[in-house]
Amino acid sequence: MNVKENIKTLIVNKPLKLDCGQTINEFPLAYETYGSLNKDKNNAILVFHALTGDQFVTGKNPITNKDGWWSYAVGPNKSIDTNKYFVICANVIGGCMGSFGPSHKNPKTNKSYGTDFPVITINDIVNAQVNLLDHFGIRKLFSVVGGSMGGMQVLQFVSNFPDKTKTAVPIACTASHSAQNIAFNELGRQAITADHNWSKGEYSSNNTIPDKGLAVARMAAHITYLSKKGLQEKFGRKLQERDDLKFGFDADFQIESYLRYQGSVFVDRFDANSYLYITRAMDYFDLAKQFKGNLSNAFIKTNAKFFVISFTSDWLYPTQENKDIVIALNAIGANVGFVEIESDKGHDSFLLDVPDFLSALKNFLDQSYKE
Amino acid sequence: MKLEFKIIADLLEENTRILDVGCDDGTLMEFLKKNKNVDIRGIEISKKKVQVCISKGLTVLEGNAEFDLKQFPENSFDYVVLGQTLQAFVNPEIVIKELLRVGKKAIVTIPNFGHWRVRLNLLTKGTMPVTKTLPNDWYNTPNIHMCTIKDFVKFSKTINFKIYKSLALMNKNVSNINNSNLSFKNLFAELGIFLIEK
Repeated sequence: MNVKENIKTLIVNKPLKLDCGQTINEFPLAYETYGSLNKDKNNAILVFHALTGDQFVTGKNPITNKDGWWSYAVGPNKSIDTNKYFVICANVIGGCMGSFGPSHKNPKTNKSYGTDFPVITINDIVNAQVNLLDHFGIRKLFSVVGGSMGGMQVLQFVSNFPDKTKTAVPIACTASHSAQNIAFNELGRQAITADHNWSKGEYSSNNTIPDKGLAVARMAAHITYLSKKGLQEKFGRKLQERDDLKFGFDADFQIESYLRYQGSVFVDRFDANSYLYITRAMDYFDLAKQFKGNLSNAFIKTNAKFFVISFTSDWLYPTQENKDIVIALNAIGANVGFVEIESDKGHDSFLLDVPDFLSALKNFLDQSYKE
Repeated sequence: MKLEFKIIADLLEENTRILDVGCDDGTLMEFLKKNKNVDIRGIEISKKKVQVCISKGLTVLEGNAEFDLKQFPENSFDYVVLGQTLQAFVNPEIVIKELLRVGKKAIVTIPNFGHWRVRLNLLTKGTMPVTKTLPNDWYNTPNIHMCTIKDFVKFSKTINFKIYKSLALMNKNVSNINNSNLSFKNLFAELGIFLIEK
């Protein structure tokens, strides 16, 4: 597999001081673009990916050969119309699709960084990505858009760079990771580190991967992305290729088989240490805390026009947490619209074919672009 | 364009910040944005209508005025507009107080339950009135706190807010309401339009 050939990479020359105190230099930032940048360079949208996403937003992902993670929303004539806009997406630092991450070689030891990789934050992730603007000579983006952890990056971006975007669309996210969010992430991390193959993060030296632990982490997380109603309607108590219960621990139920499948395909494409680092970055995210408990102050310097979107059946980042962002913005008279989309598809709604969501996103962007 | 919206527009000054409470499909917002050069936001309870507003490029929040006005600081807006929805709230008193906390001024319009057709309807039929402006039956109407123009004037004294300007809309004519013609307007106006202040 000639992976490198398909990955565009910017080597960031500007030293980046991380929240943990370390500084990183000359680090790779992998990215992809769609559409073309216009002459005035005012049609660029920076899309931020979620926990397990990557820079391959739409079309065929050249590494996995599957559709990009946001193929429903991004493409010609879609919500984020690549005929009109220049879409940029970077793999987050800490990730495993070419950007500087724990699977990279540590020049000091000549082994993968593993857990010697510095702990990163959403703030670090965003500060790394802003270098892409300079790279393309973009003074001000038309929009920053993202769901889930991508939404957190949207909030952090606007807070860090208040005049670098005209609009901002945080979707199905939160300004502060809740105890429940942290709990689920911890469950995933424990599953990985409990896998014997993890070997304190040095599994690459042993030519193994903690696939069992990573699969369990994915299975647990996957449940949080769906709604009870959605699961019930799709799977119910339906049995998997059998007429009756087998009185054993094979996958009797379709939902078991489905989760096992989700776990097994995930380990082929995602690095276990990246999973630890990125979930940690999410857990550390508390934008209000960065502003002494007053979330409004995170946005006080920006004139960006916001559009906040939540989903009725999302219990991972519920409507109220999205509304807290709206409330903080209204408290300072910011320009903010908000809609809660009706959907049974849970947190994953933003990634799926949810027409009300897709049209709201399209309408907001296209109308704002005219202004 | 509804005449009501033109009257509202005439009451507003240019280059002001406005909140349209219960903005529906954004028709008034669009009209004001175009004609008065105002910075206007909307709040609307129906998801469908919020979507329509977004497709028109309007800044609208999905929400319920009874709970969601709380998030706005005092005097966030120069004007808050409440078009024909006061009667639909569980607690109109709290809503009026919230409008006047959030806005420096408010414009409230009410369908007049004192109109002669309404009165005649009840008198002759003996059933809850159903008219052009009030098309629902008693059991499916969102209007749980109907009032007359006179009631609203009285209300202003009870809960203590000032009526700056009061207009009556009757047969597509706009006229002033004052103390001497109140009973007359209360009988013939379909709609009362009030500019109020704390």
